[in-house]
Amino acid sequence: MAEPLLEVRNLSVTFHTARGPVEAVRNVSWQVAPGEVLAILGESGSGKSVSASAVMDLIDCPPGEITSGEIIYRGRDLLKLSADERREINGKRIAMIFQDPLSHLNPVYTVGWQIEEALTTHGTPKDKARVETISLLDKVGIPNPEASARKYPHQFSGGQRQRLMIAMALALRPDVLIADEPTTALDVTVQAQILALLEQLQHETGMALLIITHDLGVVAEIADRVVVMNAGEIVEQGTAAEVYANPQHPYTKRLIGAAPGKGAIHDDPPTTEPILLLQNVCKKYGEFEALKGCSFELCEGETLAIVGESGSGKSTTARVLLRLEEPTSGRAMYHGRDLFALTPRELFEMRRDIQMVFQDPTQSLNPRMTVYQIISEAWAIHPEILPKARWRERVAELLGQVGLKPEHAHRYPHQFSGGQRQRIAIARALALEPRVIVCDEAVSALDVQVQAQVIELLDKLKDEFGLSYIFIAHDLPVVRDFADRVIVMQKGQIVEQGPVRDIFENPRETYTRNLLAASLDPDPEVQARRRAERLSKEVA
Amino acid sequence: MTQATESAAPEKERSGFRTWLSLLWADKLAFFAAVFLLIVLLCAILGPWLLDGVATKQNLRGRNAPPFDLSRGFMMILGGDQLGRPLLARLIVAAGNTMAVAAGAVMLAMLIGSTLGLIAGYSRGRMAELIPRLADVIMSFPSLLLAVIVLYMLDPSVGNIILVLAITRIPVYLRTTRAEVLEVRERMFVQAATVMGAPTRRIIFRHILPMILPTILTIATLDFSFVMLAESSLSFLGIGIQPPEITWGLMVSQGRPYLTSAWWLSFWPGLAIILTTLSLNLLSNWMRVALDPTQRWRLEIGARKHG
Repeated sequence: MAEPLLEVRNLSVTFHTARGPVEAVRNVSWQVAPGEVLAILGESGSGKSVSASAVMDLIDCPPGEITSGEIIYRGRDLLKLSADERREINGKRIAMIFQDPLSHLNPVYTVGWQIEEALTTHGTPKDKARVETISLLDKVGIPNPEASARKYPHQFSGGQRQRLMIAMALALRPDVLIADEPTTALDVTVQAQILALLEQLQHETGMALLIITHDLGVVAEIADRVVVMNAGEIVEQGTAAEVYANPQHPYTKRLIGAAPGKGAIHDDPPTTEPILLLQNVCKKYGEFEALKGCSFELCEGETLAIVGESGSGKSTTARVLLRLEEPTSGRAMYHGRDLFALTPRELFEMRRDIQMVFQDPTQSLNPRMTVYQIISEAWAIHPEILPKARWRERVAELLGQVGLKPEHAHRYPHQFSGGQRQRIAIARALALEPRVIVCDEAVSALDVQVQAQVIELLDKLKDEFGLSYIFIAHDLPVVRDFADRVIVMQKGQIVEQGPVRDIFENPRETYTRNLLAASLDPDPEVQARRRAERLSKEVA
Repeated sequence: MTQATESAAPEKERSGFRTWLSLLWADKLAFFAAVFLLIVLLCAILGPWLLDGVATKQNLRGRNAPPFDLSRGFMMILGGDQLGRPLLARLIVAAGNTMAVAAGAVMLAMLIGSTLGLIAGYSRGRMAELIPRLADVIMSFPSLLLAVIVLYMLDPSVGNIILVLAITRIPVYLRTTRAEVLEVRERMFVQAATVMGAPTRRIIFRHILPMILPTILTIATLDFSFVMLAESSLSFLGIGIQPPEITWGLMVSQGRPYLTSAWWLSFWPGLAIILTTLSLNLLSNWMRVALDPTQRWRLEIGARKHG
């Protein structure tokens, strides 16, 4: 292996909080050589971003404190340099891109101006900076670079903004590029493009690339080596293929085991009567058509997945179905009644039958209500379900069913982890004894292992309560393990639907095929094969 | 972090009042603020009844008597005013009117303003358009001018002053409430309640109002001092509280000509205004923390540490 370019040795960082010091990372060491891609893999709270923040001098001291360790860049310890010297290195020699590009681009300046500024502040003459900016934009694949340089950040899509961030980071030809969850907020197809771009740029410039991610798929796609972190410590490191094929540490084994898309496919879709029938549902926002005539049915006891990229109309379908938004036209027949033509009284009664679990449990639970209040609210609204005397008992029972403890009832949502909060949200939905639960990206905000647990729970509850699910997701592997049937949506239309095996193994539409090809497999070998296929296609 | 909070959360339930008291004790500043406000409140209720005679008795030999001089009796410890009336007694008696005007105006403005703001923020109909315009109308009119006109036509009684001051302060609450409601109503937990079929009343009172109440209360405490001073400028113009009735604001303005020779005439009532506002502010700050389950641990830690 080549001489390391950037090396972190025995780094420990402590954060001083009101509850006393918390050690965010302990004795972390890693190194990255020129032309190498290193991934730091970890779940939320594992401390995976902390060492990179230390490299970039982004840790606020106080409350953070680097208690021990060295960060060696080209033979010099960055922690011993003066603030001015570090500023020389940060951004210029070591650049960083973030998860959310919009918050890192200034909305009131054109993107061309912002890239130029990065160049001129580091000493490039103005006219040269102009030319360089255009060529950078071209390099990162922004169409029509000269016109684009005069546009503002909001005029670009999410993927293009990430490209702009990359252009800005590359402006000064850094030796090391640190990418903190660069593709987490993006659609799968865009994610694949951005990763390909990073890889290509890295080949061209020979820089070292450090990727921080929670996604095994990203590691498999791009990384040479991987460092696995858990609870502030490195539990395992090695080449990506080696770690995947032969994990040593129990944590890594669990993590790889929890990766979705590996389980058995549901092959026996229930052959029951459809309970919900959507016919030609349209939704317009002004001139914009979010839904262009969607029709599908949901059978009793079935899990129907709706997949698609952002803007495909999958969430709008859910919102219209639950009457959070009014459809422009169409019908939704439920037990012979049109959901869209109910009187307020009928709508109120129907609410009991169709419930929803939202994407982000942090936001879908009222922070000022206890778990008991949150769950029992269902019966306060629909008093006919349960007499008040039995509320306490039933809340305890529901908490047990979703895998929480009865004594949790008097705590507030913020006292739980993300996965536990989603369980509370599920308990709340169950309190109304619904027939159908719509899960809108219900597991996308959760870590892989927690995701697997919540899906297992949903599967278990389906049989226990005789539920039917409409499961909306952008993540295809999750759907593969869980759904009976899949609907693929694009730009407000259903492009393909069928049993899960057909969709995954014999997709008919190009769009579905692209979507499947772009989703990342946690196995580096599978990804390498796919990459080779892609390349051969491009050559052809 | 999450784990730590969980383990620290008290599992046993104590009686409501004692819990609140211990939370209040955890924040010493807020505790003393509460004690001070309690004293002011007692003065406001009992003062006029006990000390009215003393406060209005003139004693020309004690004109502008300096403070901290016990030779003229305990009531003169803060000095005498331009007619030789004891300042301490006057302060205590004035607390009654001051509190009535300030608390009355603030509460009225808060009640009307936030109700209108809630309606404007929550309804999607014509009201949502009309109500903010109403706030614009009130705001575009100089508040003092409005007060002068109204009080010129009506007679300047305590009730009318409260009404006028309340009207001029309504837009603040209306706009803040509306803005907050517009934000909170789009939150996911409000939608979750809608999906469960919660009626509008429940959504507003259980989900939206508790979220915006701390903001409104904070504005109200700041407004308290504003209203006290506004009332004094009305008194200065001769259309506010009329002597021999007194308020702190009126005392400040009455003492103004003597500032160079007898500072204490304006200083003591001024201090009373400042301390009251400060106390209210500290208390509302404490309340914001104590009412928020995600913040309450700060006080709970303190309570445990200090006993």
